[in-house]
Amino acid sequence: MSNTAEFKKWYAESFKKFEANLNGESKLPIHQTRKVALEKFLELKFPTLKDEEWKYTNVTPILAHKFDDIIVNVPTAPKIDLEKYLFNRENFYTIVFINGVYDSANSDEVDAPGITLCNLKTAIVKYPEEVNNYIGKFAKIENSIFTALSTAYINDGVFLKVKSGKALDKPVQVLYVNSGGDNLLIQPRNLFVIGKNAIAKVVESYYAEGDSVYFTNSVTETYVDEHGILEHVKIQEESEKAFHISTTEIDVERESNYSSYNINFGGTLVRNDLNARFNGEYGHVTLNGLYLGHGEQHIDNHTLIDHAMPNCESHEMYKGVLDDSSRAVFNGKVYVKKDAQKTNAFQENKNVILSDDARVDTKPQLEIFADDVKCSHGATIGRLSGESLFYLRARGIGEELAKAMIINAFANDAVHTISIDEVRGRIEDRVAVKLSK
Amino acid sequence: MIEIKNLRAAIDGKEILKGINLTVKPGEVHAIMGPNGSGKSTLAQVLAGREEYEVLEGSVSFNGKDLLDMAPEDRAREGLFLAFQYPIEIPGVSNVNLLKNAVNEIKKYRGEEQLDAMDFLKMMKEKMKLVEMPQDLLNRSVNEGFSGGEKKRNEVFQMAVLDPKLAVLDETDSGLDIDALRIVANGVNALRKEDNSFIVVTHYQRLLDYIVPDFVHVLYKGRIIKSGDKSLALFLEEKGYDWVKDHVDEFMAV
Repeated sequence: MSNTAEFKKWYAESFKKFEANLNGESKLPIHQTRKVALEKFLELKFPTLKDEEWKYTNVTPILAHKFDDIIVNVPTAPKIDLEKYLFNRENFYTIVFINGVYDSANSDEVDAPGITLCNLKTAIVKYPEEVNNYIGKFAKIENSIFTALSTAYINDGVFLKVKSGKALDKPVQVLYVNSGGDNLLIQPRNLFVIGKNAIAKVVESYYAEGDSVYFTNSVTETYVDEHGILEHVKIQEESEKAFHISTTEIDVERESNYSSYNINFGGTLVRNDLNARFNGEYGHVTLNGLYLGHGEQHIDNHTLIDHAMPNCESHEMYKGVLDDSSRAVFNGKVYVKKDAQKTNAFQENKNVILSDDARVDTKPQLEIFADDVKCSHGATIGRLSGESLFYLRARGIGEELAKAMIINAFANDAVHTISIDEVRGRIEDRVAVKLSK
Repeated sequence: MIEIKNLRAAIDGKEILKGINLTVKPGEVHAIMGPNGSGKSTLAQVLAGREEYEVLEGSVSFNGKDLLDMAPEDRAREGLFLAFQYPIEIPGVSNVNLLKNAVNEIKKYRGEEQLDAMDFLKMMKEKMKLVEMPQDLLNRSVNEGFSGGEKKRNEVFQMAVLDPKLAVLDETDSGLDIDALRIVANGVNALRKEDNSFIVVTHYQRLLDYIVPDFVHVLYKGRIIKSGDKSLALFLEEKGYDWVKDHVDEFMAV
């Protein structure tokens, strides 16, 4: 039997146990969504390097493992010091998952007029229709076997709904932390629904203690209604032996504003897909990213911005610093449809390579079918500029500090517009520490 | 201050400096003139420690120490400053950040106490006046989006902050209009002291109207072919470098 067949068989068998553990929940309409997704999962091909979308990223190492779904083998919650992963609790709403399991004691649920923040498992029971209206609508199971796997096992994650005209008074921090959770399949499923004229900020963070081998397969669906604003920061610092595959679907309506900061420090094999669609005019999307690779890490970012409507604007800046034999992939598609006149779309991917063995494959793809647009894209892969380094050294600054100054400035360029000072500061500090190693 | 003996240097296997001898004493201003390609900028870069250049022979003694044996940062910490002909843009690193780090690194090397933030800012403000530097340039990224004149002024500003013993100005006048030239020259003149020295590399005599040198040297094909006082610069201006090229022997005999 091939590895793919084994893989499918394993998760199909596992699904039966998962289903049995759901008890009454299996009668909810969402369970039908799961079952359809499982069928699709069994149908879809596992990606190989022959697939255009996976040309530079070999995910077959995932097939070598038989990961345990957390609802099948519920891990015992270890005692960990959460504070080091959390921002100042007074300034954030915090939702915590340890080894994929919701930690209600350490989480702040919000059930205020017009605002709901809770774990998805609760929302599925409490607001089945709300959840059903959105879940799986943006993240299509036919698009990827990983989305199908996530949907088949929809279980827990974060549910945030901010209704029309409401503003969340504090940012949300969602923390997924792995602690000794070896061989687990953790599938966070997040749903962020921002109503008309509503405002929210969410920081999705992934950390690990130790170097467990596990597989995070997360799917986040984001909907921003007319004139709504969502700032979405994702910080990924998984164990350096972990697989991290993440899909973020972003649908924005007229005059809305969505910004994403996709920060990647950890993982052995990382793939992020971010797909943004303009469903109305005058929308604004920012997709920024930063990735630091070292050792044997492989970090792949695929983004798509679909300018399906006129008068929208998108800005994209992805920056990478690659050391040792790490590899990065950037693929950025921008589609400007025929009717999307007056589109402004700007995309940049810049990489600095610090070693002879590091490698970057970058592919900006701009496809424009409208004729009255302003679009630009650019990609660079370079070494640390010897001229810049010499200039700083000629001012008396030592070589190591000079390097750090230049690279930090390069990297922080992608995050300096994050509006939450504490988050930006934490990322900048982490960049400095990572790069000084 | 500095004693350069039979300095030979090459880049990409091509010998550019073919035996430079030059001694500069404290308080002196030396001008180095010469046609394009004569090796003026190479001399400046070799003194600052640019690693792309290979020193083939010779020695440079800087206040009694072997300059050629030092890393670029140590040369700066010992009191050497190079004002770049083409100042480098460093996105995301502000002028203040650069200078704060530079001052602290230099002080650390010399075993001096670090400046606190207040004293540093006060010092910056004083030095800014010297070169009529607008406040906003301080917080902007180093040289990024600066005009040619602003970049050169920024070099002189950095020099004022770092207060070197020996400053090498590499064509600091190139690309400047008369106003900028005056500002830059005034800045340099204000920094002239009995115990510091300048090597002013220039193609044109004009800068030397403002910064009056004690000695003028003519560099040609990697060698100093003639030295004199400031009248030598005027002579060159009148005759032109083409004349020098055609009449090297006659020129050297004048």
